[in-house]
Amino acid sequence: MKEYLLLFRGGNERSEPQTPEKRQQEMQRWMKWMGDLTQQGKFVGAQPLNSGGKVISGTKKVVTDGPFMEGKELLGGYLICKAENYEEAIEISNGCPILEFESGTVEVREIQDMNM
Amino acid sequence: MLNTDYPIHQLTDHLFRNESKKMIAVLTRIFGLENATTAEDVVQETLLQALNVWKFKGIPENPVAWLYRVAKNKAIDVIRKNKYSSAFDFSDQEKQLLTSEYTIAIAIDHFWQEDSIKDDLLRMMFACCHPDLSPENQITFILKILCSFSTAEIAKTFLCPEDTISKRLYRTKTFFRENKVQFEIPSVAEIKKRTGVVLNAIYLLFNEGYNSTHNEELVRKDLVEEALQLGKWLTEHPHTRLPEVFALMALMCFHTARNDGRLSPEGEIILLPMQDRTKWNTALIAEGNDYMNRAATGNEISAYHFEAAIAYEHCIAQTFNDTNWNRILELYEWLCRLSSSPISELNKAVAVMQVKGPEQAFAALEAIKDRKALESFYLYNGLLGELYFRLGNTEKAKHYLELSITQTRSEKEKKLLRQKINVLYN
Repeated sequence: MKEYLLLFRGGNERSEPQTPEKRQQEMQRWMKWMGDLTQQGKFVGAQPLNSGGKVISGTKKVVTDGPFMEGKELLGGYLICKAENYEEAIEISNGCPILEFESGTVEVREIQDMNM
Repeated sequence: MLNTDYPIHQLTDHLFRNESKKMIAVLTRIFGLENATTAEDVVQETLLQALNVWKFKGIPENPVAWLYRVAKNKAIDVIRKNKYSSAFDFSDQEKQLLTSEYTIAIAIDHFWQEDSIKDDLLRMMFACCHPDLSPENQITFILKILCSFSTAEIAKTFLCPEDTISKRLYRTKTFFRENKVQFEIPSVAEIKKRTGVVLNAIYLLFNEGYNSTHNEELVRKDLVEEALQLGKWLTEHPHTRLPEVFALMALMCFHTARNDGRLSPEGEIILLPMQDRTKWNTALIAEGNDYMNRAATGNEISAYHFEAAIAYEHCIAQTFNDTNWNRILELYEWLCRLSSSPISELNKAVAVMQVKGPEQAFAALEAIKDRKALESFYLYNGLLGELYFRLGNTEKAKHYLELSITQTRSEKEKKLLRQKINVLYN
């Protein structure tokens, strides 16, 4: 079993005003998706992220506001799960509610074992 | 309008007592038994907030939903603060989703379903009655957590200082934490033994309500209802639906059925021979009967079976003179053989007095092994007073009745004993 980091981007339609019913429905979709993962013992952790933030760069540790980028490139949240391989990680990602939006993307990255 | 503290307290007392144990049980399931204190704190804050808000805005249309919503929000705050704390463990499958902001709000809702709350209350009962805890600690914790007793109220129930109770509660919580006690309903193999302790606590609570030792009122109906409610939960779960559970329910129904006959309109005690038996609650007697029938399964018989049978005999006697004292004495003898306690022996002596007269009753009292334990008990000295009265020894009757008065905290009991003394001199 390996661990995979799923990065969610886009789906910025989400930030537009929503009715409480729609919000509730979307929360239910995340609940369903992540609930299935916990039941399979594959869930590790997940959090949504606020937009905006700070970027610290280089040896001088320069702090700038940001990242300012287009909505569809903005990192909106992450999930870490266990999977046998990329194939399974992609299958898991297919259920992600962010993909209910045309602009939504899930970037799947395998977590590296740092073998010394 | 709800402008003062007093009426709102009256309106909310019952609600708070009823809901706080449910909220504590659910929150304890969420936070883990080792964090029961946090659960209590959240509930306390929730109730305080309710009092403060309701005082000005009035009681909301659905006060229970209001309380649950506030408690959920406070629980979410606790989880946010503690999700990476070593004192909290959210690694259980059902708790994992509490750690993610994507799912926390819905995940917490799942813990507040009516059915799962009932199971949580049972889990709480059994956690409190862990076999490695002393019975005193078990019962103290049940009264505190499941019956919403204040530390002061428990102290009065046990007739010991409040400090002792605080220490017991502290020790129990430490025990839960150090031994990582699980919040679960015991396995079928263990259930019988562990249900016994729960029943003991329920009966204690019932007695405090039925014959309040520390209150202006003799009967605290709220506590009687609590005890019946706790017992009822046990009858509703397939694992805890045991004969002795039904027997205790029968016993409590038979006692409660006679409540309205025990007190005058002014709240004074009316003794059994003088009670208007038409005031007894026939519906409750029938309910008790029903429980009695359901208790009659299996090969084992419990003390509750005998006590229920004794209470039943009182219930079916049309008049005091119709009471089948021979049968009652026989049942007491069985009871004492099964589980002898100073109290059951004392009660047996009353039956002996009715069947065989005061001299034999004296002999029965003298035969009690742990008589020393009874000497500070008002009913023991009250009975001695009664026996001497029946033998015409006014002097000694007065002595013991007066002693008895100093040993009860109940004003109603004191008054009754004083009336008896007055009768001596008329």
